[in-house]
Amino acid sequence: MTQATEMMTLALYAALVLVALAQFMAMIRLWIGPGTGDRILALDTMFINAIGIIVLLGMLQGTQIYFEAALIIAMLGFVSTVAYARFVLRGDIIE
Amino acid sequence: MTPEIIATYVTAFLLLLGSFFVLVAGIGLLKLNDPMTRLHAPTKAATLGIGAYLLAAMVYSFVSGAGSLHELLIMAFIFVTAPVSANFMAKANIHRRDCAPQPPALPDGDQWATLNVPEEDREIEETATHR
Repeated sequence: MTQATEMMTLALYAALVLVALAQFMAMIRLWIGPGTGDRILALDTMFINAIGIIVLLGMLQGTQIYFEAALIIAMLGFVSTVAYARFVLRGDIIE
Repeated sequence: MTPEIIATYVTAFLLLLGSFFVLVAGIGLLKLNDPMTRLHAPTKAATLGIGAYLLAAMVYSFVSGAGSLHELLIMAFIFVTAPVSANFMAKANIHRRDCAPQPPALPDGDQWATLNVPEEDREIEETATHR
């Protein structure tokens, strides 16, 4: 059991590092653009990666309380992406 | 090999699989060189990666005692909303003419709804820098 647990903890830390790296890459894309569509996409990817980081943090600390935070970020990410795209498309969010 | 040990190994494997997909999404987002191609990388791979993470969290919650299937809720939500938001971003790209083959011209002076600009925004649209 200890060997398996050790390997899982190692995989957990590796996953956290790699998601942080992916988050950083999305941040670079958000910074350099060049188009509005690219920035919206980078923000959407950052939302998705943030859900991953929160889920991994919950696993690491062995609690269930981060679940609601991940759900709320998933919902806010979708709504904000659609709002941004809608603003680019129509110049208005609620017509 | 008790079921707990196998489930722990499965958790580790799912975590590494999810990391692979998330990292591929990040590299694709950074390295591909066209807005529509860039759109393709994270909207698919990141969703799969997060799905693997949530599956790992579910398996691990059963290993560590209090099992829960709450993560299915996030998974279903992400799997439903990811294509919708990707479609919206693609439409935003088309609207800004950021796609490689432009939409074909329509007969008798019609216009695509995606390229259409509302009446009261025409002046702003003309002054904005368009490619």
